Amino acid sequence: MEFNYEVEGGNFTKAGNAASNVKKVLKQLNVDPKIIKRIVVALYEGEVNVVAHAYKGNVLVDIDTDRIYIKIQDEGPGIPDIDLAMQVGYSTASAMVREMGFGAGMGLPNMKRNADTIDITSKVGEGTIVELTTKLTS
Amino acid sequence: MASSIKIQKIAELLDARIVCGEQFTDSEVNHAFASDLMSDVLTLESEQLVLITGLTNMQTVRTAEMADINCIVFVRGKKVTPDMIEVAEDNNMVLIECQYSMFRTIGILYEAGVSPIY
Repeated sequence: MEFNYEVEGGNFTKAGNAASNVKKVLKQLNVDPKIIKRIVVALYEGEVNVVAHAYKGNVLVDIDTDRIYIKIQDEGPGIPDIDLAMQVGYSTASAMVREMGFGAGMGLPNMKRNADTIDITSKVGEGTIVELTTKLTS
Repeated sequence: MASSIKIQKIAELLDARIVCGEQFTDSEVNHAFASDLMSDVLTLESEQLVLITGLTNMQTVRTAEMADINCIVFVRGKKVTPDMIEVAEDNNMVLIECQYSMFRTIGILYEAGVSPIY
């Protein structure tokens, strides 16, 4: 099963639409709620990142019988130093993002914690791709 | 072992208004977590908890949805918006508006036996 979602940079009201839909699909597939929570938390953090930092983005979700693959791709400023961005507490978020309850430098580390594998590629001035894969059975 | 408390009882203790999810107020919670930072809420592994927050926007409800939190108490007299209610109802969530400060709210619930997560 494949799903595609658009994410608008700067539009916080829509952040979470993809994660919300994916949660419903995984529930219907009777995936363990603990695994669903890990997947949707990671995806939601990714959506918030796109809204917070990029101009626009796209989420591709591919659900197989035994795993879920999520690709979050954005057009944006990119991440100059990924190792630094992975450090808890490091943030480049704006005041507006902080007012929304985010921007504490916890997004990428929390995505890593909640996925089996995470791959991040980024080009400064072009954008970022975050790929998450998680097994659907424990 | 944490003692559990009905959501209905929480609203009574806080003299608070149940905005939506009245039909779920008979369910129980064991723990509470208080934060205006949703990033922290998204790191929690607990279930059956009540979120106490002064942050009133769509992302509070979305965060609760992803974190499997079924009850949010909004403190400091913050008002829930119609779009938040829509998402909350879609997810069988109870939203509560409370006039008290966060400190007072937490004190009352702590005294009533609601446990911290850590």
